Amino acid sequence: MAARIGAATRRAPLQILLAVVALLWLVPTIGLFLTSLMPPDLISAEGWWKIFSQPSLATFDNYRAVFDDQDLMTALWTTVQIAVGNTVLLVLVSAMAGYAFAWLPFPGRDPLFVVVIALLVVPLQTALIPIFSLYQTTGLFDTVLGLVLFHTAFGLPFGIFLMRNFFIGIPKDLLESARIDGASELTIFFRLVLPLGLPAIASLAIFQFLWTWNDLLVALTFGRETQPITVAVFTQLRQFGGNIELIAPASFISLAIPLAVFFAFQRYFAQGLLAGSVK
Amino acid sequence: MAEVAFEGVSKVYADGTRAVSEMALEVRDGEFVVLVGPSGCGKTTALRMVAGLEEISEGRLRIGERVVNHVPSRDRDIAMVFQSYALYPHLTVYDNIAFGLKLKKVAKDEIERRVERASRVLDLGGLLDRKPRALSGGQRQRVAMGRAIVREPQAFLMDEPLSNLDAKLRVQMRAEISRLQDDLGVTTLYVTHDQVEAMTMGDRVAVMRKGELQQVAPPQELYDRPVNLFVGGFIGSPAMNLLTARLEREGGWRAVLGDGVALTLDDEMVAARPGIAAYAGREVVLGIRPEDLEDAALADGAPEDRRLRGELRLRESLGSEVMAHVAVTARAAETGVERELGEHAGLNAIGGDGSGTAVLVGRLSPRTQAREGEQLELVVDTRALHIFDPQSGLGIYDANAGGAGT
Ligand SMILES: Nc1ncnc2c1ncn2[C@@H]1O[C@H](COP(=O)(O)OP(=O)(O)OP(=O)(O)O)[C@@H](O)[C@H]1O
Ligand SMILES: [Mg+2]
Repeated sequence: MAARIGAATRRAPLQILLAVVALLWLVPTIGLFLTSLMPPDLISAEGWWKIFSQPSLATFDNYRAVFDDQDLMTALWTTVQIAVGNTVLLVLVSAMAGYAFAWLPFPGRDPLFVVVIALLVVPLQTALIPIFSLYQTTGLFDTVLGLVLFHTAFGLPFGIFLMRNFFIGIPKDLLESARIDGASELTIFFRLVLPLGLPAIASLAIFQFLWTWNDLLVALTFGRETQPITVAVFTQLRQFGGNIELIAPASFISLAIPLAVFFAFQRYFAQGLLAGSVK
Repeated sequence: MAEVAFEGVSKVYADGTRAVSEMALEVRDGEFVVLVGPSGCGKTTALRMVAGLEEISEGRLRIGERVVNHVPSRDRDIAMVFQSYALYPHLTVYDNIAFGLKLKKVAKDEIERRVERASRVLDLGGLLDRKPRALSGGQRQRVAMGRAIVREPQAFLMDEPLSNLDAKLRVQMRAEISRLQDDLGVTTLYVTHDQVEAMTMGDRVAVMRKGELQQVAPPQELYDRPVNLFVGGFIGSPAMNLLTARLEREGGWRAVLGDGVALTLDDEMVAARPGIAAYAGREVVLGIRPEDLEDAALADGAPEDRRLRGELRLRESLGSEVMAHVAVTARAAETGVERELGEHAGLNAIGGDGSGTAVLVGRLSPRTQAREGEQLELVVDTRALHIFDPQSGLGIYDANAGGAGT
């Protein structure tokens, strides 16, 4: 007992330090949140820390204004479509390709996989201009589909790489056993490989979702009317430098959603799904 | 149910390895055949070709009336138990067992009935809702068995299904699998490198060496009439002692082992091996099983001309028996097969020290008083001797070829 208390006190300085670092890290987010709660006229006059001395100032009026703003709501919906759409598409294609690269023998498989890996080093920016002209001629410019396809395409090298390397770790016996049990390749994929690949799929999905949710560059390039929330907030910033009472809550909403998604999926990360299958 | 027939089946891997050569074997309907052999001899490869997991390079493979060379696994209607069990980790025991049936769109109540029966037979009752990770090794093994039996397939294939279990459980499961196979009457091909499993479980045992089938026979016949040196040395533990001897015929037959050391052969044994006539005055390989040796002090009245004398080098007491390593005046056979077999687990090296002595391993009664370093006299049961041709390695049985076919 005494020993345990001793150990705890010895660890205390470290824990305090960690808490301080974490708090410092959170300051901008907290600042943003508190700003979003302050009345507009006060924001420019006072700092957000004013709320600490006068908690009664806090209201959700700004949020109400955001939810009433048709443009911002449309933008939010567009973001959801782009982020969810491209994440689902990417995960599905990556998982299928990853399974094929891992377990289905076909001619030229290994060289092709090397090519896929090589594509990892192509920076997205180099493709902006060529794809721009392509989209203009094909009518994909300024559409949600165009943005979904672009994000998916640039997510694929990493997605396939991640999936293939995870799937290759599935014991061969499992797949063969399923084959003998009467499963087709498609059944094996959906009934065995996907459930077993959940940790990798969750990781890929979260990264892609966060990345595309926060994207500004691609959306600015390929959209005019099709504006995700990042572009909408950015536009607000340019048009009226002063309307922070819309920008702050909108930014906070834009930040809170991926955070919620992250926490919803994170429990799949560390699961040892393969335990008990062989040996 | 159906027979499984290899008709001149070979397997050459992409890198040129010839893992199975011209294999001819028919597992009859309802029969339990054990495929046994040292590591790397091609047992797993042969089994995987039946399962459809490995392409067949040459020959035909038949299941029932159907040649299945190009039939995919899922349409072969066979079940396989893997050494690793290969349970689906994300499914419960029930779903693991029912997996194959659901894929075949068997009616739900029929699935329930079959799983229920299998879990009763295999004693899995309380475990059906568990995931594999919450099972012990023995329970996982039984789930893997359950998955195979509910399918009611044409044939069972098992690849060393017991090798991950501890010794006691292995003995128990050995009996259980045998009983189950008897009850179900399903054609079974069982791979193992454990000869105890092979001898106790198989209706017939097929011995493989370097991709080639050596002999297929019921266990006792394999033990009594090994077709060649390899089978003789492989079956039996500890392994048969192999000595070089010269056969002499002076009225009766004698095997001369060394200066003034000879064994008189049993007349009946000789009569059963007409092929021996051609070897008068020639060298042969003489095989003496450890269990055919006994301490002379415990065998009153054994004839003088059936005894070997030597120093007791090592005495291993196992409680129920004593393994005696005795250096006798004789030459250990040098046929190349010993070295190959020496890599096989549980084999006592048959060795000499180059000075005209060979170390024999005898399996003596625990009542023996012999002590290490002392002289020990052994009685040889000459009725059970084995004689092989030193060049071809074939057992000498029938008159013409000096070989035995089975
Ligand atoms: N995919 C492969 N490519 C090339 N050679 C292979 C392959 N699989 C097996 N072999 C070779 O084929 C031979 C037979 O292998 P196999 O696995 O059938 O042996 P086994 O009798 O099952 O041995 P063990 O008792 O160790 O399991 C071995 O020499 C092995 O190295
Ligand atoms: Mg094997």
